Amino acid sequence: MRIVVLIKQVPETKSVKMDEETGTVIREGVESIVNPLDLYAIEAAISLKDQYGGETVAVSMGPPKADICIKEALSMGIDKGVLVSDRAFAGSDTWATSYILGETIKLLGDVDMIICGERATDGDTGQVGPEVAAHLSLPVASYINAIESFNNNSVSLSRQVEQGDEMLDVALPCLLTVVKEVATPRLPTLDGKIRAKAADIQLITADMLKLNPDYIGLKGSPTRVAKIFRPKVTRECELLFAKDDATIHAGVDKLYAFLDSKEAL
Amino acid sequence: MNNAKLWILAEQFEGEILKVSYELLGRAKDLSKKKNCQVAAVIFGANLGDAELQKLIDRGADFVLAIEAPELKHFDNEAYSRCMLGMIDKYEPEIIIAAATSTGRTLMPYVAMTAHTGLTADCTVLDIDEEGKLLQTRPAIGGNIMATIRTQGFMPQMATVRPHSSKPAAPVEGRVGEIVRVDGNDFDLSSNIKRKELVLSSEELQLQEADKVVIVGRGIKRAENIKLIRELCDLLGAALGATRDVVDRGWLSYPHQVGLSGKTINPKLCVSIGVSGAIQQLAGMQTAENIIAINKDPEAQIFKVADIGMVGDLFEIVPVLIAKLKNGESL
Ligand SMILES: Cc1cc2nc3c(=O)[nH]c(=O)nc-3n(C[C@H](O)[C@H](O)[C@H](O)COP(=O)(O)OP(=O)(O)OC[C@H]3O[C@@H](n4cnc5c(N)ncnc54)[C@H](O)[C@@H]3O)c2cc1C
Ligand SMILES: Nc1ncnc2c1ncn2[C@@H]1O[C@H](COP(=O)(O)O)[C@@H](O)[C@H]1O
Repeated sequence: MRIVVLIKQVPETKSVKMDEETGTVIREGVESIVNPLDLYAIEAAISLKDQYGGETVAVSMGPPKADICIKEALSMGIDKGVLVSDRAFAGSDTWATSYILGETIKLLGDVDMIICGERATDGDTGQVGPEVAAHLSLPVASYINAIESFNNNSVSLSRQVEQGDEMLDVALPCLLTVVKEVATPRLPTLDGKIRAKAADIQLITADMLKLNPDYIGLKGSPTRVAKIFRPKVTRECELLFAKDDATIHAGVDKLYAFLDSKEAL
Repeated sequence: MNNAKLWILAEQFEGEILKVSYELLGRAKDLSKKKNCQVAAVIFGANLGDAELQKLIDRGADFVLAIEAPELKHFDNEAYSRCMLGMIDKYEPEIIIAAATSTGRTLMPYVAMTAHTGLTADCTVLDIDEEGKLLQTRPAIGGNIMATIRTQGFMPQMATVRPHSSKPAAPVEGRVGEIVRVDGNDFDLSSNIKRKELVLSSEELQLQEADKVVIVGRGIKRAENIKLIRELCDLLGAALGATRDVVDRGWLSYPHQVGLSGKTINPKLCVSIGVSGAIQQLAGMQTAENIIAINKDPEAQIFKVADIGMVGDLFEIVPVLIAKLKNGESL
């Protein structure tokens, strides 16, 4: 069995700073990490392999330095790393990204299962998983919170929906997107780190894939950013200062009257 | 159907239309006016009743496109997507909006990819430009900025919006529209996914359904103190929400989280206690009708979205508020 995990390199969002003047993001000095939600996908793949054997492959599309993220996956126990990188891919939206990742998986061949994170913390769309499945005409099971059992031609899963958990049997090959509940990501081991450091990461560039040049990069992206702006927060707030017993009680009385006037009691 | 250029994807559960469908119709109303077109609500199911479908018409759908077969009773991505693609081919809608539910977030990207068009996830604002094109505005880069996105040169223009990020359309008694029933068996309904059963969740809290929500932040200091807030919730009849910092510390579970990476709520009343009001947190609650904030820092961001704010120590204020609520006017 061969499992591909799709992982994305994202900026550490907690450290993202905004240029207040221009309303743009300051990217310099921002550290890149493996999309935190992809760690659950990595863990799901490794634990499937631990139980049922096979090979796990981490695939990431991004700039050359995305190899650091792939090494992290390797140090957790993923067997093989693939970096999909080419200047021609710059500016790809989810459609173009999914097309490129889909074609990469075709090139790798012989894939039984693809596992994605629920969404990336930067783009935050959660679209790439189902879109890759669509490009490959594979069944997709999203929001998986438990992988129950597995045999040669199907996998039993639990899928988180609004009303509860759906129990599914999905035929292989298939694509899953997983949520946090699916597994607790293991930490990289020292052994793993040593192995990751020495490992060769397979590089895949545009000319190695049979791509339609009109389908990649900015040109191949159906969506365009038309405008970027700072969200504004607008409400007139009446401030009540509660410094001592008297002001606390006066303030609470006002809150109470406010609730009452809004029929919130 | 030919002038129904704007589609919404309605959803049902056990034959009953879900509220998110009416929220979409609320948005569709403004958009269709600007675009000067009619609205179709697409819905999948098995044996959907006329009375139930009429509810979509009452709330603004000019057409209901009901695609039915036993296999379509529950969401099945393969069957649903084939039907949807067939319908898109036949009627050529220009815009499709769906809720960002487990169904919408799976079906929409699958369909958009296959139809070779763009999709914008989790829009908070939708608008129509002078050319009748859809402007899709969503938070980007962890909510630090807003981006307005266009689908350029591809059709249909597709977007999902977060459940509870807008008000449901109110019903208009006796509104006229047409129910178009489509036999699902006109399409290939085979599937590689077998749904065995649904285990209903016993989740006590219906954060997104609640009229009133109290959100607790890190100012509460420790897990034991949450019981103070629970008491307030009971008295107000409010559901309990939390910031990410509270959830990350394990003081409350993830289903309580409100914000960009949690739930979006749109209640009548939101009370924030010990919450700083980070932009990612505000993204989940700032559309609440009335907002009260309690924070000891007068500069806290949360006051920028509040209607009324109390600056002070929550451990001094909340007990007094609780006493007041218990005793009514007698305090
Ligand atoms: C990509 C991304 C997604 C995110 N998604 C979410 C999300 O979905 N939801 C979310 O909540 N956050 C989210 N965050 C995190 C968010 O940026 C903030 O870190 C978080 O909301 C802060 O939580 P807080 O207000 O509880 O804590 P703090 O920011 O620490 O605020 C605590 C507040 O309590 C006040 N306080 C302390 N003691 C008292 C007292 N005794 N009485 C009164 N007031 C007191 C303080 O003045 C302070 O303002 C996200 C961040 C990123 C980068
Ligand atoms: N550039 C990429 N390379 C590899 N995997 C990706 C990439 N972008 C997205 N993914 C995968 O798709 C999931 C959803 O991402 P997104 O649609 O960007 O929110 C992620 O959790 C990853 O598993």
